[in-house]
Amino acid sequence: MDKGLSLQSVEITKDGARLLSLSEDIAPGEVLTIMGPSGVGKSTLLAFVTGTLGPDFEATGRVMLDGHDITHAPPYARRVGILFQDDLLFPHFSVGANLAFGLRPGGTKVQRLAKIEAALAEVGLAGFADRDPATLSGGQKARVALMRMLLSEPCALLLDEPFSRLDATLRSQVRELVFSHAKARSLPVLLVTHDAEDAAAAHGKIVSLLPI
Amino acid sequence: MKYLAFLAALVAPVAALSDPNPADWDAVLADAQGETVYWNAWGGSTTTNDFLAWVGSRVVEDFGVTLEHVKLTDTADAVTRVLSEKQAGEDSDGAIDLIWINGANFAAMKNADLLFGPYAEQLPNWALVDVAGKTVQSDFTVPVDGYESPWAMAQVVFVHDTADMPERVGSMAALLEWVKANPGRFSYPQPPDFLGTTFLKQVLVDILPDASVLVAPATDENYAEVTAPLWAYLDELTPYLWREGKAYPATGTAMFPMITDEEIDLSISFSPGAASTAIANFELPDTVRTFVLDKGTIGNASFVAIPYNSGSKAGAMVVANFLMSPEAQARAQDPAILGYGTVLDMEAISPDERAVFEGLDLGIATLTPAELGTVQAEPHPSWAVRLADDWASRYGVAQ
Amino acid sequence: MKTRRALPFLPVLTLIVMLGPVLAGLLGTVLPAFGHLPAAGLTGPTLAPFEALFAWVGLLRAVWLSVAVGVVTTVFALALVALITAGWSGTWVYRILERALSPLLSVPHAAAAFGFAFLISPSGWVSRAVSPALTGWDRPPDLLIVQDAWGMSMMAGLIIKEVPFLMLIMMASLGQIDTKRSAAIFQALGYGRVTGWLKTIFPLVYAQIRLPVYVVLAYGMSVVDVAVILGPNTPPTLSVQIVKWMSDPDLAMRLQAAAAALLQLSLVLGVLMFWRVGERVVGQLGAMWIATGSLGKSDTIVRVSALGAGVLGALMIALGLASLAVWSVAGYWGFPDFLPDQFTMRNWDRHAVGTMSALGETAIIALTVVLVALALTVGCLEAEYRYDLRVSSRGMWLLYLPLLVPQTAFLPGLQTLMLTVGADVGRAPVMFAHLVFVFPYVFLALADPFRAWDSRIGTIAAALGARPDRILWQVRLPMLLGPILTAVAVGIAVSVGQYLPTLLIGGGRIETLTTEAVALASAGDRRAIGVYGLMQTAAALIPFALALAVPAIIWRKRRGLRHG
Repeated sequence: MDKGLSLQSVEITKDGARLLSLSEDIAPGEVLTIMGPSGVGKSTLLAFVTGTLGPDFEATGRVMLDGHDITHAPPYARRVGILFQDDLLFPHFSVGANLAFGLRPGGTKVQRLAKIEAALAEVGLAGFADRDPATLSGGQKARVALMRMLLSEPCALLLDEPFSRLDATLRSQVRELVFSHAKARSLPVLLVTHDAEDAAAAHGKIVSLLPI
Repeated sequence: MKYLAFLAALVAPVAALSDPNPADWDAVLADAQGETVYWNAWGGSTTTNDFLAWVGSRVVEDFGVTLEHVKLTDTADAVTRVLSEKQAGEDSDGAIDLIWINGANFAAMKNADLLFGPYAEQLPNWALVDVAGKTVQSDFTVPVDGYESPWAMAQVVFVHDTADMPERVGSMAALLEWVKANPGRFSYPQPPDFLGTTFLKQVLVDILPDASVLVAPATDENYAEVTAPLWAYLDELTPYLWREGKAYPATGTAMFPMITDEEIDLSISFSPGAASTAIANFELPDTVRTFVLDKGTIGNASFVAIPYNSGSKAGAMVVANFLMSPEAQARAQDPAILGYGTVLDMEAISPDERAVFEGLDLGIATLTPAELGTVQAEPHPSWAVRLADDWASRYGVAQ
Repeated sequence: MKTRRALPFLPVLTLIVMLGPVLAGLLGTVLPAFGHLPAAGLTGPTLAPFEALFAWVGLLRAVWLSVAVGVVTTVFALALVALITAGWSGTWVYRILERALSPLLSVPHAAAAFGFAFLISPSGWVSRAVSPALTGWDRPPDLLIVQDAWGMSMMAGLIIKEVPFLMLIMMASLGQIDTKRSAAIFQALGYGRVTGWLKTIFPLVYAQIRLPVYVVLAYGMSVVDVAVILGPNTPPTLSVQIVKWMSDPDLAMRLQAAAAALLQLSLVLGVLMFWRVGERVVGQLGAMWIATGSLGKSDTIVRVSALGAGVLGALMIALGLASLAVWSVAGYWGFPDFLPDQFTMRNWDRHAVGTMSALGETAIIALTVVLVALALTVGCLEAEYRYDLRVSSRGMWLLYLPLLVPQTAFLPGLQTLMLTVGADVGRAPVMFAHLVFVFPYVFLALADPFRAWDSRIGTIAAALGARPDRILWQVRLPMLLGPILTAVAVGIAVSVGQYLPTLLIGGGRIETLTTEAVALASAGDRRAIGVYGLMQTAAALIPFALALAVPAIIWRKRRGLRHG
């Protein structure tokens, strides 16, 4: 398989004990949902894919993205975007600077600013570029975080319980927004959650991890 | 004595080939040009610091010698420093070029061969020094042998606030009676502070019928017997001291604020002019006067010495010589400046220079040379060391 | 890139640079302690120095004093800081305290001690304020308040100085903990402010401030300057006695001093171990207390009295500082006058040249040393983050060795070492010696905030394509601007306050505000102490003021970076 995210015989152990083992392919535009109670290693799997696995863990297997083996690539070269349950906007940057941080290099300053403005407008936040992120509402922050990630033009999208901090109404809105944007860009999505509603809304394959 | 000097002259060139020869003063002056002299001297007194700064401005002007005053809290720090340097093999350019020194520190450095010399009696201004009348050739009974040069005379005086203690006392016995009648109004610096130990010696010198035994080193045989009256005196005195002897001031100068604070009425000082200077500087009330005991009080000379590993020996000798000049001596004696006693012989200096000394206003609290009376010699340093140790175990751990 | 290859080795290099001098200095202490001092013609080994030490009649009391002062000071200061924070964090009162902190912290220990002594002594300012009108005293009563045999005035003086230090450290660590959410939870559960805070947040905070607490403990046990001013002298604390023996003209006393220095060292280590055991005990008692579910009915009394004690301490420092200011312009000032007879600028004129050159020397040394220390600290922490070179807890202990080992135990030995390797005395070696003491403080001030930085932000930044250097310079360091500037200010204050290293390693040729002030202090010249104490305070105050002001100005439009 050329396009998409592929986890091949991934096995993660901690202190010699096997935490999880998994072999899955995610096609562009599809969502793979990993479910399971907390502590089962869901976030660890994401860390393995982003290349930020802690020294306590050992992992075998390969991560292929669009046909490239990224198992040993440095995190900044993987082109794997991630969203956490907190928005984690850079607090010292304006909203616009947050978006600019991940914007792929290239283009004139005017073009880059236009891209940022367009991205904000796309999620209903036109004119927010100069705002302090701390002054935004929860839903606005989530949208900025999503656009920041998308502007870096990732080839895959990881979601680490990204909706769990949002209240029920907001939650379904943001979820729809994220999934539709991922679909529109044909990104393979790896979602970890313990929430059945999230899993159902993903309309994809669900893998349940159980404590070993 | 001549034989010793001859021997020293033989040995000196072997010890350090590059050392300047004090007898060839022109060569010394030439060498000194451009040198920097680090003078390690107690830095606890603003007036002394100001005087040393003035010396610095004068020697750079006349001789091109830059003087840096390294302010010590304790002269022993400088001794330690030279010792560490010797230990580390730093034999040619140590950190210290000149030390304000006397007594036990001098004895320690001289014995450990840490000093340059002999040089003092070859300095041009040595000819002006009152060798006969002032104790400048022995330092706490230890022969100086030219390893340090004198620059000031000090003598114990008692400092009293006449507003609270109108009359002087004439003896240590009378002082004890006064303290018992006025509990909490007297203290002395805690030995082994220099002045505190001097107070112990002063008691001993005054209450012993014959103090000549103190000239020889203390021995295990005679120490206990000789000092027994001192401990009896202190046992009687201590309960009536300030804070009942449970705390003592750290230094002599720390007692001036205590008089101003009305904490005490009587104190001692090793500088006859210090009280007048302190009054001028608002540090003492103008009701303060000084007195000495009927039998006189202990006095000694302040010296400067040059470490064996100084890299600026010529410059250091130029400073030492300048300190003995009539100009520097008259300034040091001025109570508005320092109020230290001169080491010069008034007969050896020119009439003009003499007039400068005679024109000095000694200040309201300073005794005239005549009133200062007899100077009692310092006991051998071995007494001071034992007295301080003994004092520490008897009174330094108050219960 | 060159830096990237060097970075992994930086922590090891730093450890060597920090520990080498301490270990060499300790060796220089151990040898004479066992009778080996070739310069004085003495060769060991012999136990005679220890025998002489144990024969000293004041030993037991001096040891007891050192231990008591260290432990009592630390317990009180920590308790006060915890209770004030528990009772008031998040309120306007706490924000006022936060502003008052820097001036309090920047008053050097010696200056604060002098001010405090002048306040509380029988002839002091408090006594003058009510005399003779209320007391009828025209002479002060002969009472042993300052330098009391139990060391209580010394403990009090240290506590009021350590509370601001621990407060600062605690505030810095609070910024890294989500206290608002916890507070909301425990208050929703019906807990009182203080009780809830102590049960839920204190354990988290203590884990972050543990090492600074140890430093306070070790410092209290071995401090010299404060002990000389406020502590008893018959006998003094062990550290003061060591310094006294060290400066004895009789070189043999140096052996006894070295033996005492080793005793002091083992005392400090012993008490630290004891404290660690105490932590566990308190932790378990705390767990039982939490299990009881007690909600805290007397919370209001506790929080008000804690605040009262804290404010009183702050007031004492402020009044002490004010007394220094008055002394610096005082003409004749006798008892029981509340103010001097006349005011004069003569004291300032007299010391103008001296203070200015000393200030310049102080600033050059402090700034250079702190910048090097900061570079090493950030390098070590970043290496730890990037290469997982996390220093083990034992490694951390080694790093803090210079703060836990009494200065008197290794500085003279260090001096010999520097001479042996041919390092001339002067400014550069003094900077090197300062670095040994400044680096741990800078590291201490910055490490916890640096490590507590949410690493998911790093993951996000990397996922956005940023390389590690870019993440460090554009994300992590700017976010940590506040803690970094605080660390710089702490480092400057530490450098400004160094006395023994400056004196010994500088061969006395380096004159900073502190060496000058301590030299003058030995003479009790309050006017000179006033001038130099104020200058010293200013030298430490300005960096702290900047550490607060600069982030507030730069991040005035970034609410997410303002805590409080």
